[in-house]
Amino acid sequence: MSNGELVGSYIVPVHPHTVLAADQNEGWGRLRDAFSEASQRIKDSGADLLIIYSTTWPSIIGHQIIADPNPEWVMVDNDFHDLGSIPYSFNIDENFAHAWNKANEKRGLKSRTVAYHGFPIDVGSVVALKLLNPDNAIPAVIVSSNVYANRAETTVLAKACMDVVKSTGRKAVAITAMSLSNRMFTKPIDPLDDQIHSLKDDEWNRKILEFLGEGRLEDVGQLSRTIHQQIRVNKVVAFKPMWWLSGMNQNRNNLTGEVLAYEALHGAGGAVVHLDPTASGAGDKEYDEDDVEYFLGERNVLDAQNDEEGTVNQSPSTAPTQTNGPALWEPTESDDSVNSNAAPKPVGAYPHARRVGDLLYLSGVGPRQPGTNSIPGGPIHDADGKTLNYDIKAQTHAVVENITRILEEAGGSINDVLDVTSFLVDMDRDFKGYNEVWAKTLGKVGPTRTTLAIRALPTPIAVEMKVIAKAPVLE
Amino acid sequence: MVREEAFSDADIIPRCMGLLMSKGEIVAGCLAPHPPHLVYAENPEQNEPTAEGGWEQLRWGYERLRESLANVDYDAIVLLSPHWQTYIGTHFLGLPSFKSLSVDPVFPNLFRYHYDLNIDVDLSRQIHDRAADAGLAVKMMENPDFRVDYGTITTGHMFNPQWDKPLVVISSNRSRDYYSVEVMQEMMIELGRVTREAILASGKKVVVLASNSLSHRHFTTESAIPEDMSKEHIASHAMHLWDMRMIEYFRTGQSQRILDEMPEFTEQAIAESDGGGLSWLLSTLDVPNYPGILHGYGTIIGTGNAIVEWPERHHKEASE
Repeated sequence: MSNGELVGSYIVPVHPHTVLAADQNEGWGRLRDAFSEASQRIKDSGADLLIIYSTTWPSIIGHQIIADPNPEWVMVDNDFHDLGSIPYSFNIDENFAHAWNKANEKRGLKSRTVAYHGFPIDVGSVVALKLLNPDNAIPAVIVSSNVYANRAETTVLAKACMDVVKSTGRKAVAITAMSLSNRMFTKPIDPLDDQIHSLKDDEWNRKILEFLGEGRLEDVGQLSRTIHQQIRVNKVVAFKPMWWLSGMNQNRNNLTGEVLAYEALHGAGGAVVHLDPTASGAGDKEYDEDDVEYFLGERNVLDAQNDEEGTVNQSPSTAPTQTNGPALWEPTESDDSVNSNAAPKPVGAYPHARRVGDLLYLSGVGPRQPGTNSIPGGPIHDADGKTLNYDIKAQTHAVVENITRILEEAGGSINDVLDVTSFLVDMDRDFKGYNEVWAKTLGKVGPTRTTLAIRALPTPIAVEMKVIAKAPVLE
Repeated sequence: MVREEAFSDADIIPRCMGLLMSKGEIVAGCLAPHPPHLVYAENPEQNEPTAEGGWEQLRWGYERLRESLANVDYDAIVLLSPHWQTYIGTHFLGLPSFKSLSVDPVFPNLFRYHYDLNIDVDLSRQIHDRAADAGLAVKMMENPDFRVDYGTITTGHMFNPQWDKPLVVISSNRSRDYYSVEVMQEMMIELGRVTREAILASGKKVVVLASNSLSHRHFTTESAIPEDMSKEHIASHAMHLWDMRMIEYFRTGQSQRILDEMPEFTEQAIAESDGGGLSWLLSTLDVPNYPGILHGYGTIIGTGNAIVEWPERHHKEASE
């Protein structure tokens, strides 16, 4: 593993005025000067890679990454076409783009690279690269902003990126092309009359910049949803670049920040901000959101017609169901059995759990997902037995979630677990990751535990748990 | 925002005379969705990727629409696309022709189309000028480097693959994003009204097209073969119900109900009517109370899409 790192982060505005009309308004000129200052700082940092997350490139199918080594075209803005055209020719690091794409997939993200002649590089990325990297001396990579992505997905995107930065030993700069408040005037204005659209927007912008000036990036990340509600026009993309940038910076709150400029751009708030990784000396604040490593979002929607929703009210059957892997069975029913449609189907004739007196005995629970039978974190081998890379943390999380579903079906909760026997197929590889997830989940409940190494499990999974729990009192 | 008094006193007489003397006509209005998958599946020579078909229900729907208008004479197509998104008013393509390569930034694997289209600049400017008179913020787009959006091109191709009619291309003013569905609709109804007036005054026969889907919740993943129809279905039951409700209104001539329910439809079905196209279209047709012809319905990557024709020429003949 090399020692790649992030040597700086920048927030820059997206409007084309700083490229095409910097002389028409003093504020636009100051933003242009700030871009120049940022460009010089990037050079001085010894950076060898620029990573741009652009809010003006929305995507739907996961995230897209430019991988054309030399995209060339002429960009004209949808609104400000009368300002002129911006010819561009950029230096893209296609190898990094492909590596990031693979890293995304390993972390469960939908992702693809884009390398088509004539692909329209978005205005935010064009402005950023034209002004921060005017001589193309530093190779760049550009990623889209998925319109549906939540914080977990955006955070994992950043972590996958940093996986590659570290493994390739790069000295990278992270750049978010974005507005602060994004409400523009809805009619043409005289450039000399430009100002922030409202006092309220201006006040919010200044509060955000106060935080950023103090290096409190994660605080802004946690305020993203509120900021979006308060000062963002409900365009396609939410105020999520702060999630990505915070993820790139390990969700730190003690960076060294400096606001290089803040001005109006046709009413929107545009700022150039530098966040240096040097600790500011301020105490790092809590990170109170889920520190997700692997994206477990809905990715099986295309198979929805194959799920079992339409059969949930049918009588249980012991006939095996043909699937990709061992045959699945309907859970067996008896007076004291507990079965859940929200848990994966058994691979034999047994129930999910049985209630005996005050106790619940659960059959071995793995990470397979109900309905789709997919394995979060990926299977440990393919259909031909070829070993695959997989994420033990994601699998362990999914096991705990399945246990929770079964206990909730019985009327209880995860807090009822008394004793767990865990089975790992690769103790050396997986114990640490499994143990970390345990500590954050069942470890907080406090059951007794035994962990065993075994040769294999019936399905291509790495972890299974056998659980005894308190049975909820029946009314 | 929208000026109630559209014309100055000095304008009223000559403009009214123009209306009375002209023979301009909207021969049909159509809801004509634009997902690039349709062009991809058609395999036209202008598009670089090739497909093994797919989305046939909608492509056959476009065939039926083209057949329905095959013997109808018209001079121009007026089209509003939600993928030319403008925030500072409504814009109009303002040069006689545009020729370039359009690559869809969302589905570049499916749509890389070499287009060569002509603009009816006179009609564009007439609609622009009337909209300005009505108090709407408008702008002509006269930058020759501008790339035409893929929504315009997809609808343009599927409606008229010969590209032998000039277009008027109108941007989607994102007033819904800035204000609300209600404000968006007020502005689009006004834009539709002046569009109709300009067409009638122009002496031209025109087809008006709203290029938008109905429910608009996409899948965020794509099958290995994009045209694998075993993977295609509506995003959710709720979206299906909304689409069917709208289609029922289309088929029974209940346009006013569509406008009345537009806020709920747009928000609950995440409908692409947020771009204003459907409201504008119904306004250009003077809110038709005669049935639209449903030529096709289908889903594309989870979104609901209907191809509907309101043959205003029939309505006009019947009323005469």
